[in-house]
Amino acid sequence: MQHSTINLNLKVWRQKNAKDSGRFETYKAENISTEMSFLEMFDVLNERLINEGKDPIAFDHDCREGICGMCSMHINGRAHGPWQGTTTCQLHMRAFKDGETITVEPWRAQAFPVIKDLTVDRSSFDRIQQAGGFVSVNTGNAQDGNALPIDKDKADASFAAAACIGCGACVAACKNASAMLFVSAKVSQYALLPQGEPERNTRVMNMVAQMDKEGFGACTNTGACEAECPKEISISNIARLNREYINAQMSL
Amino acid sequence: MPLNSRIPAGELAQKWGTYKSTCKLVNPANKRSIDIIVVGTGLAGASAAATLAELGYNVKTFCFQDSGRRAHSIAAQGGINAAKNYQNDGDSVFRLFYDTIKGGDYRAREANVHRLAEVSGSIIDQCVAQGVPFAREYGGLLSNRSFGGTQVQRTFYAAGQTGQQLLLGAYSAQMRQVALGKIKEYTRHEMLDVVVIDGKARGIIARNLITGEIERHGAHAVLLCTGGYGNVFFLSTNAMGSNVTAAWKAHKKGAYFGNPCFTQIHPTCIPVSGDHQSKLTLMSESLRNDGRIWVPKKQGDTRKPNEIPEEERDYYLERRYPAFGNLVPRDVASRAAKERCDAGYGVGASKMAVYLDYAAAIIRYGKIELNKQGISNADEATIIRLGKEVVKEKYGNLFDMYEKITGENPYEIPMRIYPAVHYTMGGLWVDYELMTNVPGLYALGEANFSDHGANRLGASALMQGLADGYFVIPYTIGNYLADEIRTPKIDTNQKAFEDAEQAVREQINHFINIKGQHSVDYFHKQLGKIMWDKCGMARNAEGLKQAITEIRALREEFWKDVRVPGTADEFNPELEKAGRVADFLELGELMCIDALNREESCGGHFREEYQTEEGEALRQDDQFMYVAAWENKGKEGWQLHKEDLVYDVIHPSQRNYK
Repeated sequence: MQHSTINLNLKVWRQKNAKDSGRFETYKAENISTEMSFLEMFDVLNERLINEGKDPIAFDHDCREGICGMCSMHINGRAHGPWQGTTTCQLHMRAFKDGETITVEPWRAQAFPVIKDLTVDRSSFDRIQQAGGFVSVNTGNAQDGNALPIDKDKADASFAAAACIGCGACVAACKNASAMLFVSAKVSQYALLPQGEPERNTRVMNMVAQMDKEGFGACTNTGACEAECPKEISISNIARLNREYINAQMSL
Repeated sequence: MPLNSRIPAGELAQKWGTYKSTCKLVNPANKRSIDIIVVGTGLAGASAAATLAELGYNVKTFCFQDSGRRAHSIAAQGGINAAKNYQNDGDSVFRLFYDTIKGGDYRAREANVHRLAEVSGSIIDQCVAQGVPFAREYGGLLSNRSFGGTQVQRTFYAAGQTGQQLLLGAYSAQMRQVALGKIKEYTRHEMLDVVVIDGKARGIIARNLITGEIERHGAHAVLLCTGGYGNVFFLSTNAMGSNVTAAWKAHKKGAYFGNPCFTQIHPTCIPVSGDHQSKLTLMSESLRNDGRIWVPKKQGDTRKPNEIPEEERDYYLERRYPAFGNLVPRDVASRAAKERCDAGYGVGASKMAVYLDYAAAIIRYGKIELNKQGISNADEATIIRLGKEVVKEKYGNLFDMYEKITGENPYEIPMRIYPAVHYTMGGLWVDYELMTNVPGLYALGEANFSDHGANRLGASALMQGLADGYFVIPYTIGNYLADEIRTPKIDTNQKAFEDAEQAVREQINHFINIKGQHSVDYFHKQLGKIMWDKCGMARNAEGLKQAITEIRALREEFWKDVRVPGTADEFNPELEKAGRVADFLELGELMCIDALNREESCGGHFREEYQTEEGEALRQDDQFMYVAAWENKGKEGWQLHKEDLVYDVIHPSQRNYK
């Protein structure tokens, strides 16, 4: 692959802590190789800030392989930036042009308060999972793994939903800051499998209740979540969630 | 202290069964008043925490990430081994045991590995019951694929995201126990010391990474499930935050470190693209099932891969190892790639890469699809289109990842790959019960040294992490805690807690106050280069001695000249990194000492002085058939303790994959 270097202007959200009101600051990023990942560009910038005696920009990141769900930058108004189906860590600088100004913000949502700069608190997702995102099976109780055949199409659809990395891009992309795509992916994973059957109704009721309690907005079927999801989780999961929820209410 | 592995007596296949029937038990009422700390929430940590909480113990979990679900187990791609023999291809507990011992180049304990193979099937059952969506066949039954170092298909998988699905299963079990109040989770917390009272582990000191508060947590037992230390090389396939700190603090509090030099270099990673590189990305070993690895037959060939005709390509693994071909174990495949590149046959801009080619697989799968779909007289374009669809279904996410990183389409152009540091077989020394030599302090998963010898086979890390957490520790911890039922709740006002907390505070304040010239990464990158050049894929005595001198000098410079911005009482990622790199700077030295001591080649440890005429690893069984367990002696360095490895069932021979 041909590579070149580019110069960029960065407008980055700086916020000292949850109480600070925060502001944009502008930085120049020079001689950036187009082979770099977006986060490596931030590494270069932070190295320079440290050498200049300034406070580096705090951002969440870990695996840098697009699977842990830790990275979470809102880039030029899009969750995880311009590439389809891509996390921030997998976004590479060849996506940008020389001289471009890039605006970088944290996830914006009431249920994701800012910790510092581009780092937010997503523990609300953990609490939704605690409300019902599991099968109640203690270790040691399982029957043989092949005792229960599962229709391949259903298993594949369950996997496609389970591929959610819990990054929160769906919430950040949504004008209502709704967490429906995240919740529906988890509900769908279990709803499509026989293992999820015994707790099917309580699961969906409890997870939706917790989602509402955390302060996420309502879903208005705009579809921004699906468009921005780095794992391309389908919005049809939301339709399934709605069916599951109605069925659960009817069976009360 | 003499090393006692506490391997139960009796026939190999009966040891675990006998142990389970005779170990001490803790009754349910007593479990309710016993506290257990689990550090790390990857496969080993999450599975242990959930299972121990299910049994009734009070569990606290700690992780530095913002959620337990993000631990680096999540990035494991290829699969998990289990001796189910669903494929009817001759697999058995014994074969999985045998392959693992052989793959580990006869440097693992027979009893541990046999136990691992015995419980492997139950792991799959448990995961299926949790709703882990494994890949399935059209008949609805579980699908398997093959992996390096074996001749059976025993690897269960979920596309290229098996680690993710297994971890989310364990995480869901953990979250269920959080909801039930049996687990209290501490996210964005980092363990900075273990507290030892009267010789027993009684708690930890942790830092709240958001507020900077230093906290004391007491418990009757402490489990370190904190993963490996590959990031000592700076560039590795580990997550950016993966570190050795918890294990290293335990080591400095008396726990021996086992086989630190045993590092796995994974053969199929995306090559380095420049100085900015922050980490390396693995392409699952499962790609070697269908991909063919080659370099040009001509040195320094600058033609594009598709312009090089078939007869001018050297499929060097198929040539050297006809029996296993592209599926030789990782250490063998990595060294073979290095050998070709060092000899001038490397490809790509850096010339430090080899091709992994899918063209043949695409045609092969395309033809199979023709038969399945009953198409006759198809042209080549149709065959290729159908073949690409099959390859996409099997490996699509990996191919996409490759394209995002390199900008090249692997369906059209062969991928460029090169070996990278991936896994560490070494770790805290543990006995059969997974307890370190410090009573009450356990190490599970990659953090311990126990099951993979000198080289781990693909798809065995997930198996070991979950075996330790779901099926081993729930039994073995009872054997210790049965004698702790009279120990009241641990009082964290004791002096040992105070002292440990004080030491942690002093180190943090010291970092903040150095106000030196260079960032933490500046030192980390230098350490990584020393380690990669001199304690990497090939090692020799002279290089290792140089490395030790260089690391000591670098460590001294680090403590004088590192710059940590910000304060101790805020969210400060640079401060976190400083503590981790300080520990890597000590570990790196021990790895070189261990590599220097081990005057043989085995598995991932390749000493250039010890090789066969064909360049294969040459073990020295008469001198080195032992686990090197290193005791930290503070300023005086380390003292070696040897645990002799006894092979009752398998007769070690030179590994042969030809």
